[in-house]
Order: sequence, then C-alpha cells, then structure tokens
Amino acid sequence: MKKSHKFSYQRLRGIIAKEFTQMRRDRLTFAMMLGIPLLQLTLFGYAINSDPRHLPAAVLLADQGPQGRTLLYAMKNSTFFDFIRQVKTETEGRELLERGQVQFVVNIPENFSRDLLRGDRPEVLVEADATDPVATGTALGSLGSLFDTALQNDLKGSLATLAGTSGPIDLRVHALYNPEVVTQYNIVPGLMGVILTMTMVMITGLAITRERERGTMENLLSMPTRPSEVLIGKIVPYILVGYIQITVILIAASFLFHVPMEGSIILLGVVALVFIAANLAMGITFSTIAKNQLQAVQMTFFFFLPSILLSGFMFPFRGMPRWAQMLGEVLPLTHFLRIVRGILLKGNGIADVSLQLWQLALFALVALTIGIKRYRQTLD
Amino acid sequence: MKNGESVIEVRGMTKRFGELTAVDHVDLTVAAGEIYGFLGPNGSGKTTFLRMLCGLLRADDGSGRVLGHDVIAESEAIKREVGYMTQRFSFWEDLSIEENLDFVARMYDVKNRRQTVRESIGQLGLAERKDQLAGQLSGGWKQRLALAACLIHRPKLLLLDEPTAGVDPKARREFWEQIHQLAAQALTFLITTHYMDEAERCQRLAYISKGKLLAAGTVDEVISGVGLTTWSVRGPDLAKLAEQLRKTSGVQQAVAFGNSLHVSSNAAAALERAIAPFRHEPYDWRQIPSGLEDAFISLMDHDKSAA
Repeated sequence: MKKSHKFSYQRLRGIIAKEFTQMRRDRLTFAMMLGIPLLQLTLFGYAINSDPRHLPAAVLLADQGPQGRTLLYAMKNSTFFDFIRQVKTETEGRELLERGQVQFVVNIPENFSRDLLRGDRPEVLVEADATDPVATGTALGSLGSLFDTALQNDLKGSLATLAGTSGPIDLRVHALYNPEVVTQYNIVPGLMGVILTMTMVMITGLAITRERERGTMENLLSMPTRPSEVLIGKIVPYILVGYIQITVILIAASFLFHVPMEGSIILLGVVALVFIAANLAMGITFSTIAKNQLQAVQMTFFFFLPSILLSGFMFPFRGMPRWAQMLGEVLPLTHFLRIVRGILLKGNGIADVSLQLWQLALFALVALTIGIKRYRQTLD
Repeated sequence: MKNGESVIEVRGMTKRFGELTAVDHVDLTVAAGEIYGFLGPNGSGKTTFLRMLCGLLRADDGSGRVLGHDVIAESEAIKREVGYMTQRFSFWEDLSIEENLDFVARMYDVKNRRQTVRESIGQLGLAERKDQLAGQLSGGWKQRLALAACLIHRPKLLLLDEPTAGVDPKARREFWEQIHQLAAQALTFLITTHYMDEAERCQRLAYISKGKLLAAGTVDEVISGVGLTTWSVRGPDLAKLAEQLRKTSGVQQAVAFGNSLHVSSNAAAALERAIAPFRHEPYDWRQIPSGLEDAFISLMDHDKSAA
C-alpha cells in the first residue's frame, strides 16, 4: 500500500481534465476571464496625475569648475532630484536607466563652467526614463526655470547679460523609451499585470472554495488524492487561461494602442509564468482561509487594491511615501510591472530583469508553501 | 477477507469539537460480509464516526483496525479500499454521469479505466443518461450514481451515510436489494439510517445517541437488551386514551401505530397495574412482542430523561 503515498500523474491528469470541463460549463466565469481584459483595456485611457519628488538620478560630471556643482545643488534643492550615483561614462548611465535604478542621468560636459562664463551657452543633457511619463513630467518641466535661476548668483555684474532671454544654458532633454510621452505606453503593459493579478488570484480562490461550498470537497478528501495533486491540478488549467489573457492584451497593445515592443516577447512569456504562478499560489492560500466563495472574492479584493495602488500602476512608484514603497516591494505586481515595461519599452534582456524575477519567484515559492501547508487533508 | 473476520474493529473512538464531544468512546466490530446498521437521532455523532473511520477526521482518541490497517496511522491505505458515500450528494453537478465516474476512477488509479466506467454505467442502467449532468438528476438517480461511483474502485468496505434520505420507496427497495446482492459477494456495509424498516434489513445494529453507543447486536438482541414489555390496544378515540396513559405512572410510552396504540415500559408488573383501570370495553388489549421502533423510542426517551 506504499504506492498510495506517491504522486500520481493519472490522478493529476484527472483533476486537470475535470477542471477544464467545469471551466467550459461555467459560462459566466469563462466570459469574465476574457471580458475583464477587454473591458479594462477600453476603460483605462487616462492617467492619474501626481507629483513625485526625490527621484533617483545619476550624474556624469566632467566639468571641473564651480558652476557645474552649483547647478547640481540647485537641482537637488528643488527636491525633484536625488543624486544617488556618480557615473564615469555615458554607457554606465544608460545601464542604470535601463535597469530602472535611476530615473534621470544628468550630463554636465567638460569645460561647462568655462563655456558658461564665456557666454557659449554650454549644453546640459538630461536623459530621462520616460516609460512612465507622469513620473518624470513635473521634474522635467521644472528644469527650464530651475536652470535660469540657479546661476543668478554667479551671473552678476558684468556677467548679467549672460542671464539673458535665451538662458545661459542650452538644456537638452532626452525622454528615453517613450519619446512621445504617450501615457498608454505605460498604462497598457501595466494593465497586463493588473488583469492577471485580479483574475488569477480570484479564479483559483474560487476553484477550491467552490468544492468546499458545494460539499464535493468531502468526497475529494475521502479519495486517495494528495494535496500536491489537487493544488497543482487546480493551478495548471489557469496558467493556460493566463496566457490567453496575455495574448489578448499584447494584441490589443500592439494594434489598438501601438505600444512599442522593443524586447523579446518570448522572454516576457517566460517571466509571465513566474508571475502567474505567484498569483495562483496566492489564490490557493486565500482559498485555504476562505470559508466560501464570497470570502474568496473579498480576499481577492484585499489583495488587488494594494496591488493596483502601490505597485506603480496607478501612481508613480517613486512618488509614493517610503512606507508605501516598502509595502509595494512585497507585491508581485510591482516587480512584474517593472519587468513588462522594461521588456516592452526599454528592450530589457534577461540580465536586466533578473533581480525582479528573483523577487517574483521568491513570492511564488513562499505563497505556495503556505498554501500547501495550510491545505488540510481532513475536514477538521 | 473471509466471512466472519472483522473488517472494522475499533475501540474507544472519540472526537471532540471544542467543548462538545461528538463521539464518545465508541467501540464497534463489524464482520466481513455483514450489513451493519448504525442508528441514532440527528446530531448523535453517526456522520462524525464514519468520517473518522475513513480518515476524513482525525480521531482525538481511540485505536483499532479497518480492513487490517491502523485506523489512525494508515488512513491513506484505508481510503484506497473503502467506498464512502456522503450524506449530501457530493459529486460534481456540473459534470456528466460519465465524467463523474471517470474522474473517480482516475482518483483511485483504476486499471482499464474506460472499460470499468463503461461497465459501471451499464450495470446501473445509466447508459442512456451517461451524458446528462449530475445536477439535473432526480434524487433516486443521484443516489444510484453515488453508489456506482463508490463501487468503481472495488472497495471491500462501504460506509454509507443515510443513503436513502429523500429517495422514494420503490428506489429505496431497489437500493436495498442491491446492497444485499453486494453483501453476498463478500462486501461489507456500515449504513447509517433513520428508517426502522431499513434497520430491520440489517444483520446487526448499533444505536448511538449524544456520541455514546447505547445498544449493539442483532435486531432481537437489541430489543431484548432494552427489556421492554409492550401492550397493543385497539378501540375508539385512542388519542384521548394515549393522553391519559402518558400521565399514568408505570407507563413509559404510548405511541400510535396506525389503528392501535403501543403502550410499553421496562417494568412489566408496574405496566400491567397501570393499564388495569383501562382494560375494559370498548378497548381490546393484548400483549405483543416489542418492536425495534418501541425499543429505539425507549432508548431515546431514556437518554432524554438522563440528560
């Protein structure tokens, strides 16, 4: 009888097949799984305004004179910019931008002070990660007047003429990754994560509490099924559903919203698997706590609300207070948003997203472990 | 497992839910090939006891063997050889008959699954309805499906929890005929029920109330164990007579059975003295052997007065 303690693929296949059949029969849920992505895609055409400050920036300072530093102090004092890194080369700065570690790279060229005092209008280049236009918009908008006033103290007396109408500095802004600053480019890939979070957590939560509510759980438990068979059997069908949703969203993103697809769609597919697994595991864990289907739905919303608010989907992540950012770091959606925006808009590769991916995987693992631990094999 | 060997042999089975002791040190022995009836009022602990036997609930106390496996430690092995039919229909209403049977067969790793399922459908006469959703079946058909599903992995022991609740008399009779046929093939049954006629179809019985086993044995043993003397009385306006008798000391119960009234007590002499004033025309009194129902009502009343 030791045989019964082994994992059985026959049983696993049985549970998966049953789940698919029930999914097919449950027209409303099935419609919801396809309807929600389409509905949200059409509804979210706007962005929410916000005023994020203390955005991380890197500086490439080649100038030896005092005016370059004065400019940086002025930027820092505006509270929009926090200079967290000093880089040596442009590529180094670009890498930080790509990985999302800084929002801006400020490039103050060699001989900036000299050229300024000569009246040559030296060029200052500000590169911005514009994947989320809302996050960078205000800060970039402030730069013009900031630069004008910053050097007022230095440009007195005989130099006062330099602070003329055209400005002493030639400010160049490069909005990278989303040059036209289209909010949909940011919102639509983000919606992929939001939709997956909502449907995946809820559907699995329902799939298990439904068995309990209808009394079929008693039957299932009286059979020699193992918890891992039941849980994995419940997860697998919905992974497929998740991929269908991703496909729908990607097609809409491409044809309706013309979102650029810079990176590898295959990489996105692989990463999405981890994200889907994290959400399904969360749903499973909820279902072990919820007593009925209504509670499972309520718990889903408890999870969904912070996800949508604190992940950087609705408000720029860096505009949130510290505590909110820390909460946000825990949520899988936060990491997935960075990944999906990184891949689609910045053309991130596996190396660029690996840190976020690990954090996602860790969440999935913890949630699934709790789910399996809490799943009871008896009715106690 | 040969006839006569014990299929269930458990001692001191106990289950507590917080303050409530749902099953209180129940001993039970069921022999192979036996149809064993498990009786008791609602909430007496019958279902809890069955669930402990098949590993659905962890017993707080108790020991013993089911089909040779340790009832506490080897519930996995027990599950594979036991068919458990829940009180409430617990198959998937949004799956068809065939899909339900196929699913159950897969869960038990049944060999030649497709063939087994086909045979099972044929034997139950469900062939024409195999694609019907289980949720659309009537009570009788649901019960047939549930039994077929419980049998699909060829269990040696069936635990049936009120299998005939909500089933019409004809379907009930057919169901019991099937149970007897299966028992003849060395299958063992433990069946909970409320119905006296069903209890009398069982070879042995146990009566449980408030988690305690109050009586066990064959029908005759249970009746004689209660030690009841019963008189039957016929005549006009029995309802009024019953009311008078219930107030008389020495009469423990006076229950209407169709056109007669059954009057009984544990103390034969006291009962005879009590009914003496009423033994005249137009009443027709005669002493009868106590029935199972008289015995059970007596057990139930006893329990009430004890509490």
